[in-house]
Amino acid sequence: MIPRSSPQPASNGVVFEARKLRKVYHTGELDVVALHGVDLELNAGELVCLLGASGSGKSTLLNILGGLDVPTSGELIYKGWQLDGSREETLTLFRRNCVGFVFQFYNLIPSLTARENVALITGISLDPMTPEEALEMVGLGARMDHFPSQLSGGEQQRVAIARAIAKRPEVLLCDEPTGALDVTTGITVLEAVERINRELGTLTVVITHNAVMSEMADRVLYLSDGKIVNSHRNETRLPASQLKW
Amino acid sequence: MFFNAFIIALREIRRNLTRAFLTVVGIVIGVAAVVTMVTLGRGATEVVKAQISNMGSNLLILRPGQGWGHSGAPMFNKSDLRTVKDQVPGIHALAPFVNTNVPAVHLDNVRNTDIQGTTSNYFEIANWKIAMGRFFTDAEVLEGASVCVIGETIRKELFGKDVDPIGGKIRCKSMTVVVVGVTAVKGQGGFGDDLDDNIIVPYTTLQRRLTGQAKKDNINQIMISGETGYPTANIVADVSSLMRERRGLTHNEENNFSVFDSLQLADAISSSTRVMTSLLGWVAGVSLLVGGIGIMNIMLVSVTERTREIGIRLAIGARAREVLLQFLVEAVTLSCVGGVTGIALAYVFCSLGAEAVGAPFLFDPKINLIAFVFSAAIGIIFGFMPARRAASLDPIDALRHE
Repeated sequence: MIPRSSPQPASNGVVFEARKLRKVYHTGELDVVALHGVDLELNAGELVCLLGASGSGKSTLLNILGGLDVPTSGELIYKGWQLDGSREETLTLFRRNCVGFVFQFYNLIPSLTARENVALITGISLDPMTPEEALEMVGLGARMDHFPSQLSGGEQQRVAIARAIAKRPEVLLCDEPTGALDVTTGITVLEAVERINRELGTLTVVITHNAVMSEMADRVLYLSDGKIVNSHRNETRLPASQLKW
Repeated sequence: MFFNAFIIALREIRRNLTRAFLTVVGIVIGVAAVVTMVTLGRGATEVVKAQISNMGSNLLILRPGQGWGHSGAPMFNKSDLRTVKDQVPGIHALAPFVNTNVPAVHLDNVRNTDIQGTTSNYFEIANWKIAMGRFFTDAEVLEGASVCVIGETIRKELFGKDVDPIGGKIRCKSMTVVVVGVTAVKGQGGFGDDLDDNIIVPYTTLQRRLTGQAKKDNINQIMISGETGYPTANIVADVSSLMRERRGLTHNEENNFSVFDSLQLADAISSSTRVMTSLLGWVAGVSLLVGGIGIMNIMLVSVTERTREIGIRLAIGARAREVLLQFLVEAVTLSCVGGVTGIALAYVFCSLGAEAVGAPFLFDPKINLIAFVFSAAIGIIFGFMPARRAASLDPIDALRHE
């Protein structure tokens, strides 16, 4: 049984512990190794950037951390609970109660308003905030009843963030959240991510191609060919509003 | 959860209104056809039953020959009448019946009509009620009095709609009779004939004054009413056996008479109407099936179109069964919208159809409910496969779907 996420800012305990994570995709006769023995520890309240070229294994790692995918081998422990080898039902509950996802292309449901998109998760998770609270947190209190087609790209991404944090997750996983946005809008979105991380103490993992964004992180992990080839800890985190690219 | 799923389903239908309309056309036609057929069928059955009941309850008619034509078979006589009355058990009353078709004249008005000769028993046997005046009496039958009781159609045609015909005279060839009563309106008979288009006189009068000496003793038919609760089938069997004996028919010879039983006829007509109704119902059911296939087709298209949405739902933690439920609710909503529209359409068809065929519109909540439940069931049956396909998608593959 997966523990429910805590609504309080977490202490500095280890949230994820990965040992020798491997992921191999079988495509016909060819085996593609996406992760090649990743060792990793992610702590509560951290903001971590995953940097790397396309095909380096960033998204695969994020999907495995979020319970969307399973490793071919290796060990993945979430707050003392063994995630690798878990049944689909367990992974679904893990995604439902512990992890929030933000995708590059927002992935909102077009037939639902901003409020209803967020309500998709508040209706099923254990201890959610209200859709209104979540949307207020990302600065969209005035646009709750707008459909995605009536919102700008940045606003849509902030609705996606509100949807991800409405369940009060322990972990927020963002896959290139600014990839489809211009600089100004991208910074607004990063400010929202930064605020969630700071105020809710949510472990936040952000995938990016943009090295500048790593300056807002506590830690930066560099991936190449399915391996973490480098990592460093920033002395100080630069506020998102001061990022320039 | 159900309510949310329902709201989302309505949104999806509204978003693709034309497609939704085309999808449910099959269900609409199917439900409308089933409800209309069954409702009108029931109405028609009731009409036929009422018409046959108008002819008289527990009515049996002994006729010469087989079927409706006597084709040279010998007629009956008074002796037959007496013997049937004396020897067949379960008979409440019986009456001779002779008839001929001649022009009836009153002043300048002429109408070719059926002149029926009988006794006063006939009015009770054939369930006649009097509207004006009186029936003729046994004494008038005995003396062969020149009196008659007329139907409403004759009153209208010979005397005029609001004219009191009592005491008026009608001439039928050489016979002139005085109107002593007008029967209450019966309307159409079981075979579409006008039961009010007749002049009823004592049979003695008809034999003496109209049909002539040659046919003086002939009785065309014997009208019999069975005792309440006594099986008419037994009377039919006894009368048949008696008449075979009286007519000296051998073992190999067929009856040269027939006994018509109004209850059996009512049952036969009812059961043939039921068979027709159920056949048409099956045809309409096929239309429902086609409608269901249409729903399945569109739901499969919808699952493909909304693969990404399914991926999102699964990624944020929706269980497979919740995704299945969402699509199932959509299919059921679609088919139920079709069902309700079909029922509304059937209501219109039944109102118009009942008026057109002269049958009553008997609204039956049960058949409407069955049709609705059936349409919902079609949504479940044909929506299940697409919904299961949606629920079994891999979230990552679904999210990558373009």
